Amino acid sequence: MEPSAYLLLSGILFGIGVVGVVVRKNALIILMSVEIMLNGVNVAFIAVGSHLGDATGSVFAFMVMTVAAAEAAVGLAILIAIFRLKETVDITELSVLKW
Amino acid sequence: MEPVLFILFGAIAVGGAIMVVTRKHPMASALYLILTLFAVAALFVLRQAHFLAAIQVIVYAGAIVVLFIFVIMLINVPENKLPVERVTGMRLLGVIAAGLFILETALLARRFAMPAGPAADSGSVQAVGRALFTDYLLAFEITSVLLLAAVIGAITLAKKKI
Repeated sequence: MEPSAYLLLSGILFGIGVVGVVVRKNALIILMSVEIMLNGVNVAFIAVGSHLGDATGSVFAFMVMTVAAAEAAVGLAILIAIFRLKETVDITELSVLKW
Repeated sequence: MEPVLFILFGAIAVGGAIMVVTRKHPMASALYLILTLFAVAALFVLRQAHFLAAIQVIVYAGAIVVLFIFVIMLINVPENKLPVERVTGMRLLGVIAAGLFILETALLARRFAMPAGPAADSGSVQAVGRALFTDYLLAFEITSVLLLAAVIGAITLAKKKI
């Protein structure tokens, strides 16, 4: 199968992730939307990598997954620290750095 | 066979992703996220990327989503204290912008015309392992430093008193 279908699917997943990050207020769902975006990118890497018969696509997707794991761990730790301080997961209430 | 499975798992992935961003309670979102991740793993299998499909299930569905569910249960926001989401002009603009982005990818993806490479076994454990430990060895080792930094950062951020 042509990789263009996979690239389209990758774009759709990335777009849905963007909607989640831009539209939602719940910080947990925003972090999950970031994971969806990273997954969409991985689909593109794998599709083109296997189209070209090159393992580099898989290697890059592997690196993306590592970064996603690190990002989820640190992001959720920040979320726990914020929740301990302000008892909320609503990002519109977290504006202490705004002047 | 591949087009049928692609449409099936692609539809599951997209539907699950839409459910993730539209559910009110984060727990429902996390469960739909598992569905999406499994469907994407199936798509990896369709592209012969077996190693990545296994890693996707183990690391994403097995570790990251469990971490999410753990945090959702740990902070346990009561139903009536969940943030209220209203449709505002700015949000609508965000959705429209994302729709335009998807349209743009669709147009670009149709023009994708790279000549196919050799029909090599590119996604097996052997091929990926060889690439990881020869060409990308430095990047692979630095990844471990990243993970160490993430572990230390997560502990220092989430701990009350250090």
